[in-house]
Amino acid sequence: MTEPTLFELSSPGRRGVRFPEPDVPKSALPEGFVRKELPLPELTEVDVVRHFVHLSQKNYAVDYGIYPLGSCTMKYNPKINEDMARLPGFALAHPLQPIDTVQGSLALMYELQELLKEITGMGAVSLQPAAGAHGELTGVLIIRAYHKSRGDTKRTKILIPDSAHGTNPASSAMSGYEVVQLPSDKRGNVDLEALKAACDETVAGLMLTNPNTLGLFEENVLEVTRVVHEAGGLVYGDGANLNALLGIARPGDMGFDILHLNLHKTFSTPHGGGGPGSGPVAVIEPLAEFLPGPIVTILEEGSDEVPPLYGFKMPSRSIGRVKAFHGHFGVMVRAYTYIMMHGAEGLRKVAEHAVLNANYLLARLRHVYKVPYDRICKHEFVTEGIWDDAPEIHALDVAKRLIDYDFHPPTNYFPLIVREALMIEPTETESKQTLDKFADAMIKIAEEAHTQPELLKSAPHNTPVGRLDEVKAAKELVLCCWFPERERQPA
Amino acid sequence: MFLPHTDSERSEMLKTIGVSSIDDLFQDVPEKVRYPTLNLPPALTEMEVSAQLQQMALANETTQDLACFLGAGAYNHYIPAAVDHILRRNEFYTAYTPYQPEVSQGMLQAIFEYQSLMCALTGMEVSNASHYDGATATAEAGIMAYHTFRGKRTRFVLSPGIHPQYRQVFRTYMSGYENLEIVGDEVEDNPMNYLERLGGLVNSNTALVIVQYPDFFGQIHDFAPLAEKVHQAGGLLCVVVNPIALGLLKPPGEFGADIVVGDGQPLGIPLSFGGPYLGIFTTRKEYVRRIAGRLVGETVDTQGRRGYVLTLTAREQHIRREKATSNICTNQGLMALAATVYLALVGKEGLRQVAELCYHKAHYAAQRIAEIPGYRVLNTQPFFHEFVVQCPKPVAEINEYLLDYGILGGYDLGQDYTALTNHMLIAVTEMNSREEIETLVEYLKEFAHD
Ligand SMILES: Cc1ncc(COP(=O)(O)O)c(C=O)c1O
Repeated sequence: MTEPTLFELSSPGRRGVRFPEPDVPKSALPEGFVRKELPLPELTEVDVVRHFVHLSQKNYAVDYGIYPLGSCTMKYNPKINEDMARLPGFALAHPLQPIDTVQGSLALMYELQELLKEITGMGAVSLQPAAGAHGELTGVLIIRAYHKSRGDTKRTKILIPDSAHGTNPASSAMSGYEVVQLPSDKRGNVDLEALKAACDETVAGLMLTNPNTLGLFEENVLEVTRVVHEAGGLVYGDGANLNALLGIARPGDMGFDILHLNLHKTFSTPHGGGGPGSGPVAVIEPLAEFLPGPIVTILEEGSDEVPPLYGFKMPSRSIGRVKAFHGHFGVMVRAYTYIMMHGAEGLRKVAEHAVLNANYLLARLRHVYKVPYDRICKHEFVTEGIWDDAPEIHALDVAKRLIDYDFHPPTNYFPLIVREALMIEPTETESKQTLDKFADAMIKIAEEAHTQPELLKSAPHNTPVGRLDEVKAAKELVLCCWFPERERQPA
Repeated sequence: MFLPHTDSERSEMLKTIGVSSIDDLFQDVPEKVRYPTLNLPPALTEMEVSAQLQQMALANETTQDLACFLGAGAYNHYIPAAVDHILRRNEFYTAYTPYQPEVSQGMLQAIFEYQSLMCALTGMEVSNASHYDGATATAEAGIMAYHTFRGKRTRFVLSPGIHPQYRQVFRTYMSGYENLEIVGDEVEDNPMNYLERLGGLVNSNTALVIVQYPDFFGQIHDFAPLAEKVHQAGGLLCVVVNPIALGLLKPPGEFGADIVVGDGQPLGIPLSFGGPYLGIFTTRKEYVRRIAGRLVGETVDTQGRRGYVLTLTAREQHIRREKATSNICTNQGLMALAATVYLALVGKEGLRQVAELCYHKAHYAAQRIAEIPGYRVLNTQPFFHEFVVQCPKPVAEINEYLLDYGILGGYDLGQDYTALTNHMLIAVTEMNSREEIETLVEYLKEFAHD
């Protein structure tokens, strides 16, 4: 059923919330500045609540079922995280309060920095970046600041493997770098010869995702980072896939100089239908002075009786602020809660089971879906969603048909180096029963692709809407339901 | 903790994979870095972690315990109960970005409604699905303007009345572009009086002029003449707004803004020590292909039913890579939902009422403070819900004193503007009762005498 928009539901004169009358004398409103029209909807609280509940029922979510979106780490989001972030002491603190009134928040941020340092093997952390891509921008600007501080101005290029996420080249370009794409070799690793050939005194650094977006561990990682360092470059780590490495290997031990983490992937904070995330950036000790700030630090050491005094400090050669205030504190509380509930052993189990689950699914599917880079994977793997003997079927059709089986589809068409890619990341929180059901559905769909392709072509069949006309959307560009010159059709 | 497998299931799975142990799955990790010892605190149960975090939260004093007169970009407003009840719907908060529209119509329609509400509020034609916060939205306006002129216009004029942190973020974001001239906000004698000077800085090399409305000092300026000047010079005007103020004030779309940005935190988002908040970004239709981030558009499905999809994705990083309009991927989806629910609940009348309450209470507070010997209110322009007070002593000292009486004092402007040493920026919202205002006045008075 089509749900009307807020504007269509609106009835003049309705009110959702009321506010008290002013308890002070009124002042004259600023002449010439008062707006004449405020075209907002008018609804009761019941209207509003029902509307959004109706909308919510049209969403698939982790709390409904497996959400195997590769690269997104859609693990279960523990409920306690939500309650902790909403504790009034955290949720109602103003970011600019005097530091002695917010020692609880500062302690949490400080401890989270320390935990992330230990987990990644890096020397310093800034919690300011808001998401993964924001962390990348931060990291590449640090690369820039580092070379500049050494008077090394020849370095104009960032190397990026062809399997990388789109944010990597976009972040490099935003930081003023030319992007040089590196090919992958037959095993899905960075092509070492190509890397060596590309590494010269014009290379500022390499952005590397490990495990990479094929879900494969970069087998030559130590060699790769060494080659880049020898050429005078820095190695940036896209930590989107850190879930596979918790307690298994630390980026800091593998030669990464800068790394962003996605708290909204690895550390179980919810994705919120698109955000918010949190993308802390960790660096090796010598780069600490370039981090964005201010950063939480201990101003006065504590003792057995008195806790330390926490405060802020701007790194000496900081690239500057990348965000107002201190970053996504509410997301940090959730990630901190999660880490504290796991400890070292728990985190390693997370990675082990994320990898176990992915390999199990891979083992069950590799006979029916072509896996172009087929070896033991880490937390995810990528198959093709196309068969030579079912030419009209594409990855998109497989994805849509999965919806008929009540599953959220995997990521498709990324990474770009696999044709018609289906990128599957089950995460550690899925049970064997769920994985089996998902694998059964995938196998059934592969069969249908050959026997009843129209079933895939016309999927999904039971959703509130079927496949949508994206060309029409892009051509007509109706981006707003309230639009003065536009006469709308009733719902 | 959240791992479901039993031992027998695990062995079955390993058997299917064809390995004998979990360790076999990690043979590709170089041995010398494999299995580091992590020195982390021992795992806590939910009961223990809950107790620990409550303890930490209690170490904070917050706007719940204190009468809050602190604003400066983050504001203490009433959040109707229904907002969080909607945000806690698992179907919203545990979903990913709506890449599969058939199973994401809920989020897509909510974002479409958000875009509509932002257009209504700002008087603009197109809104994106959000940026990280007001500061990064402002910086993205700079990047959009830079590309609009293909890098040929290199002057960016910033008002000193823009939030200082936004200006810092702007500079960081633009630091990758060589040879830009970022001017206008140089520290000077009278930072509150800048309008004329800004106009004088606009030339044919100007890509973008950014002003704030109401500005960081609370002032409401008429930017129409500046807009005209900027347009005559062929540049763009970006206005940083407070969305609550737009419940009362003329929207920037009416006075010539090309881009409107701001932070949506006042629209139903808790202070939460600075985030997550909501970056608002709206513009005119002609710039829609230059906008950063996600856009939701209306369309129909195969049966002609109305539906929503992410559209114009060819601007974005996952398609365009290094040629994308921005690198943004994850945005502030849930916070955009919060603003949507908030605006739906307060509606046309309610938003105006909140804005007027802020306005009247702030003006009352300003009048009362202006009466105290030793204090002076500097605002001569109309202002919204913040104003600048010249104080007889350092602001930090006053605030420390006020804190003893349960008052969270205003922002110390001397941190950012040397000319405003000993000046406090006071914010008043609908949350401040008359009694709180009188208490503030009383202790400001008392402190001046001490
Ligand atoms: C490999 C990889 N890198 C970077 C990103 C960008 O992270 P975010 O969406 O948090 O900006 C993603 C997320 O989609 C990713 O999968």
